[in-house]
Amino acid sequence: MKEFILFDPLFRVPFITGLCLAAVLSLIGGFLKMRDEWLSALGISQVSAAGAVAGVALGVPSVLTAVGAAVAAAFIKDINPKSGNSHYAMMIIFGWSAAIMLAANTHHGEVAGETFLRGQLYFIHEGHLVGAIILIIFTLAIIKWLSRRLLIERFFPDYFSANNIPSFSHRIIFAVLVVFSVVLGTVSIGAFPSFAMFFVPPWVGFVIVEGWKKSLAVSVLIGCTAYLISFVTAVLADQPFGPLLMLVLFLFSMIRPLFYLVKNVWKT
Amino acid sequence: MKSAELIRVENLRAGYTGPVTGPVSFTVEEGHIIGLGGPNGSGKSTLLRAITGAARVFSGDIKKAPHTLITHHWQRPELPPELALLGRELFSLLGADPDKSSERIDSLLNMPLNRMSGGQFQFLQTAACLAGPANLVLLDEPTNNLDANAIGELSRLLDNHDSHRSVIVVSHEKPFLEKHCERIIELS
Repeated sequence: MKEFILFDPLFRVPFITGLCLAAVLSLIGGFLKMRDEWLSALGISQVSAAGAVAGVALGVPSVLTAVGAAVAAAFIKDINPKSGNSHYAMMIIFGWSAAIMLAANTHHGEVAGETFLRGQLYFIHEGHLVGAIILIIFTLAIIKWLSRRLLIERFFPDYFSANNIPSFSHRIIFAVLVVFSVVLGTVSIGAFPSFAMFFVPPWVGFVIVEGWKKSLAVSVLIGCTAYLISFVTAVLADQPFGPLLMLVLFLFSMIRPLFYLVKNVWKT
Repeated sequence: MKSAELIRVENLRAGYTGPVTGPVSFTVEEGHIIGLGGPNGSGKSTLLRAITGAARVFSGDIKKAPHTLITHHWQRPELPPELALLGRELFSLLGADPDKSSERIDSLLNMPLNRMSGGQFQFLQTAACLAGPANLVLLDEPTNNLDANAIGELSRLLDNHDSHRSVIVVSHEKPFLEKHCERIIELS
């Protein structure tokens, strides 16, 4: 019976891995939005997907090549941080084309390309779960410290240099968090669904509640709820998880115009 | 440096790809308010950024007392369009005490940034710098975007300032500088 499929041990690892990633990605997405770097999630995830496909083609563990590609992308971004979204746009163009070309010209690459771009949560293994658990524990352990520093940097950009306080620690830690979130997201739920998870929850959460911590909490709530709905629906209705997650997140994004509509009606 | 000096600037030439300001020399003592005036392009903002390390020092020197804690209010701070951060949360970033600020702040403390006007956000940031623990506050054109009432409140905040805290104010409004500053340094 289909309702018991959800309790099948086969689905436990993908379910818990995806839930951890939904929480972390929607949380990190809030910080990317605050820094006006939300497009970086898609740029780095596309490059990471290309790296993962290259790993499959070369017979090297795809997580390693995905991490290598994502680190390289993050490094290039940091060489000239002022270029902002134009760098991320170039990453998307390069990453997508490289992933597709590599996939088209290698035997296993075609399957891998499809997996990493579209997402195949059900085929992940315990290694992904361990990575996701480490990521969520690490994120929760440092988020308070990191949040304060990133906000100070946003509103008082030279506070750290003015007071001889090293800023490389929080910058590197945030870059590491973004890279590992993107890579784990890409190899677990796919490049585009990961981007949707980074982007949509804070895009909605930031306008429907007041307060930084509350808006982050609501973003995580939206991300996890969308994930749960998608996972259950995909399993029970035998639908592809990645595209379904993006569709559900799109439906959640409708909260935003509805919120504005209700607010305007209330005002009048 | 003398004991009461927070910062000493000597023959400073600063800029980005090349020098845009200086040579200029001055000192700031504890509790003093110093004005920086001069025409557009004379490098007033660059001088503040050189003090914070955001601009390059080409020659000369900037010496800071070891206990100096600096906050810098940038000219035309960008108001993030969709950030729900509350005024109170912005204050707490700098460890600023709202009770040490103006009554005008009360209405902004529980307001998210995405509902503030540019002037309200600018006043909030300036007030947070002045109500925080920093003993050297750099204010770059703090009267920009402010209405007459807000400028009055800003004046009150500057006049009531802590005797140990120094302020360097950049402004095009000479009467404002003359009203509040012990000295005005004109950059040319």
